[in-house]
Amino acid sequence: MSSRPRPTAGVPALDIRNLTVEYGQPGEPPMAAVLDASLTIMPGEIHALVGESGAGKTTVGNALMGLLQAPGRITAGGITIGGKAVDTRTGRTEGITPGLDVGAIFQDPMTSLNPLFTIESQLCETMRHHLKLSRAAAQARALELMRAVGIPEPERRLKCYPHQLSGGQRQRVVIAAALSCDPQLIVADEPTTALDVSVQAQILKLIRALADERGVGVLLVTHNMGVVAQVADTVTIMLKGRVVESGPVAQVLGAPRHPYARSLIGAVPRIDVRMNRLQAPSEATPAADAAREIVRKQMTADTAAAGGALEVENLVVEYGGRSWLPGRSAKAFRAVDGVSFTVQPGEIFGLVGESGCGKTTVANAIAGLATPKDGAIRLSGREIGARGKHGRALQMVFQDPYSALNPRLRVSTALSEPIAFYKLAATRAEAAEDAAVLLEAVGLDRSAGERFPHAFSGGQRQRIAIARALGPRPRFMVCDEPTSSLDVSVQAQILNLLKDLRDLTGLSMLFISHDLAVVRQMCDRIAVMQAGKIVELADAETLFRAPQHAYTRELLSLAPSLDSIARAPAPAHGA
Amino acid sequence: MSAPSIEAAPVLAEAPAPAPRKRRRMRIPASVIGGAVVVLVIGLAAALAPWIAPHNPLDVGSFDLLNAEMPPAFMAEGDSRFWLGTDNQGRDLFSAMLYGARVSIAIGGGAVLVAATVGVILGLLAGYLGGWVDALIMRVGDVILSLPTILLALLVSGVARAVFPEAGTAQWAPVILIGAIAIHEWVQYARTVRAATMVESSKDYVRAARVMGLPSIRIMARHILPNVLSPVIVIATINLAAAVLTEATLSFLGVGMPPTYPSLGTLIRIGNEFVFSGIWWIATFPAALLVVLVLGVNIVGDWLRDWFNPKRQAR
Repeated sequence: MSSRPRPTAGVPALDIRNLTVEYGQPGEPPMAAVLDASLTIMPGEIHALVGESGAGKTTVGNALMGLLQAPGRITAGGITIGGKAVDTRTGRTEGITPGLDVGAIFQDPMTSLNPLFTIESQLCETMRHHLKLSRAAAQARALELMRAVGIPEPERRLKCYPHQLSGGQRQRVVIAAALSCDPQLIVADEPTTALDVSVQAQILKLIRALADERGVGVLLVTHNMGVVAQVADTVTIMLKGRVVESGPVAQVLGAPRHPYARSLIGAVPRIDVRMNRLQAPSEATPAADAAREIVRKQMTADTAAAGGALEVENLVVEYGGRSWLPGRSAKAFRAVDGVSFTVQPGEIFGLVGESGCGKTTVANAIAGLATPKDGAIRLSGREIGARGKHGRALQMVFQDPYSALNPRLRVSTALSEPIAFYKLAATRAEAAEDAAVLLEAVGLDRSAGERFPHAFSGGQRQRIAIARALGPRPRFMVCDEPTSSLDVSVQAQILNLLKDLRDLTGLSMLFISHDLAVVRQMCDRIAVMQAGKIVELADAETLFRAPQHAYTRELLSLAPSLDSIARAPAPAHGA
Repeated sequence: MSAPSIEAAPVLAEAPAPAPRKRRRMRIPASVIGGAVVVLVIGLAAALAPWIAPHNPLDVGSFDLLNAEMPPAFMAEGDSRFWLGTDNQGRDLFSAMLYGARVSIAIGGGAVLVAATVGVILGLLAGYLGGWVDALIMRVGDVILSLPTILLALLVSGVARAVFPEAGTAQWAPVILIGAIAIHEWVQYARTVRAATMVESSKDYVRAARVMGLPSIRIMARHILPNVLSPVIVIATINLAAAVLTEATLSFLGVGMPPTYPSLGTLIRIGNEFVFSGIWWIATFPAALLVVLVLGVNIVGDWLRDWFNPKRQAR
């Protein structure tokens, strides 16, 4: 069905030579987002480009797709796509036609399709424009593409609008659109990050199959090492715009040579073995140790909120169905359907499941952010009040550190507010001092309090959010995906910090995550949720070694991990 | 050949820790500077009217009917004491305009202040509490918006005059006018603030404050309010011009400020009766001042709206 000749064997699908992309205003020293980077992708090869935020991996992808934004420009190097050299003398990629030469798959399938047009018209548009196909020919090819990406009932789906498809199906449509003009290269920027593990596994399988069958080269930009291990042939690791290591996946992930590559791979939580701590640089400084000792004394001396056991009994939460207007009643959606569990004092209890399974709703109900329809929630033996408040005994850490802090409040103000509100300090000055101690205890400098949240990186903000949650001296902490928007090395530090705080203060935690490896590293006991119900509840080791429920086994088998690659043995302190 | 200056545009580059809402460096267009200067000059002149006006237009005893309907000083029959001429009572028009601008701006500003305060509070309550509070506030707002501003203001001031005989005096008229204008304008603030509040309420920092057990009033005042204020400032600026115009219209229709304490609208109404007798200046100068003032405020307001718009791309 290919209308254009495929390149002869041996011609790379993509060849980047010494590419440099700089950002900067005239008159200011430019900042190199990509510096002297080279990589080659052969037809049929999946090449993973990994690195943490700011590494420049997305900039490489944008440069290839002609999406470089105004102050960014290519200042050196060459790009060849399928043997065709790209003119980069003007600072951008002249002569590349996005869609025709390079297909693109973006992160969020919810937003990369236009909600106002049918799938068919979106698929046909590019083909009719680039390949000059007739309407009938384009429609026939669209149908063929839909079959190729494995969408059931393709004839019917073509007439659908994007919102009528699931997330996984939408991403398949995006892949079909990327393939529509038969490009030699596909740039996939975090194609599965927004998807559940089971859907992620299917999409990765599809990309692998397409690369094998059609001989298209794929540049897979990702931060997930598990994904790399699962589908990629070769991998390039970037750090601050430079390529630090490149080669076959087994070699780079199994035996990294560059120190950064080693630390990056070491920081990935393992799903196969439980370790006491994740590999991350130690943060012990005299100031932090002293601060932690103060926090420990404050929290243990606080007898007003003793205990910390949480009992959840037959919890039911429904959404919708309630309307104050007469005659307008919608059918209620039961997000949580009879969930019961207990968390012992000092325990970290994990709640895992795919999106929409109700795990976040459970957290919201416990924290008083959602009103249960039925059931009881007791903290330290006390039922939560009519308004769903625990006072200061329960605090929460949220997923997105960028929205979790009020942008208009100085960090020190944000931290001392609850301390002063609960009269845990006699004066404003003492509350501010407590806030500074908390900042030190979570590994920040006490001067951080002077600044506003936007001055901090994601990981630092999450530390501030944790410090804020500790301020009211809680006995229980709800952590809702606290690290899922962070880089792996930062994730490792935050997870270690949470564990340290538990060990230090005897705090109990409800830890919610979709990442099984993270849960395994963090939790003492784990509950697996599916469609609003707990399907399996066991201690961490039992759950991972001998899962009972079919759904748990499926989740475990689908989770991408580095296990397929022989890894260096776990350090001696591994449990 | 590839001059780097072609792409000179302050777009945020990829930064490790993206700082949203960084103060954007930009050049302020000349029209905006002009508008701001005009507004400032008129505002200052109005504020300092008692000190800079050559005559006291409020002192009826000082008027001399012999000086009535004197043309501006630059015309042949003009009198150098009265720069812009006099009205039908021998009142110096320039002084009357300065005092009139003072009244107009005070009432316009007062109306905006009242409307914004009420609107922001109701918008916060509606957006944060939701449910029947939200429904009640917003439906009342819908009903009010379904009536034209002037009609509603006429209704309010008419009713006020009927039940309260002193409503037409120089002392009480401004209060009635402020109320009559604000009763319509608050809805716009309430709608904007409600929408912004709903967005902010779903953000994690507000949820965190709720988990902390902070009272709703405190969450609204301390956490949400500062984050929803920038559109309010923009609406307030644009509405200031509208409020000044509404006041002028009401005064023109005779339900605003009394002739003894004229606002710009009252002066235009007085002048309107004489325009066709060749005495054009009484209406024209106050009208011109009103146009310039409203235009200046609108230009500044429009620019503020663009400047606060986070989606704005620098050209």
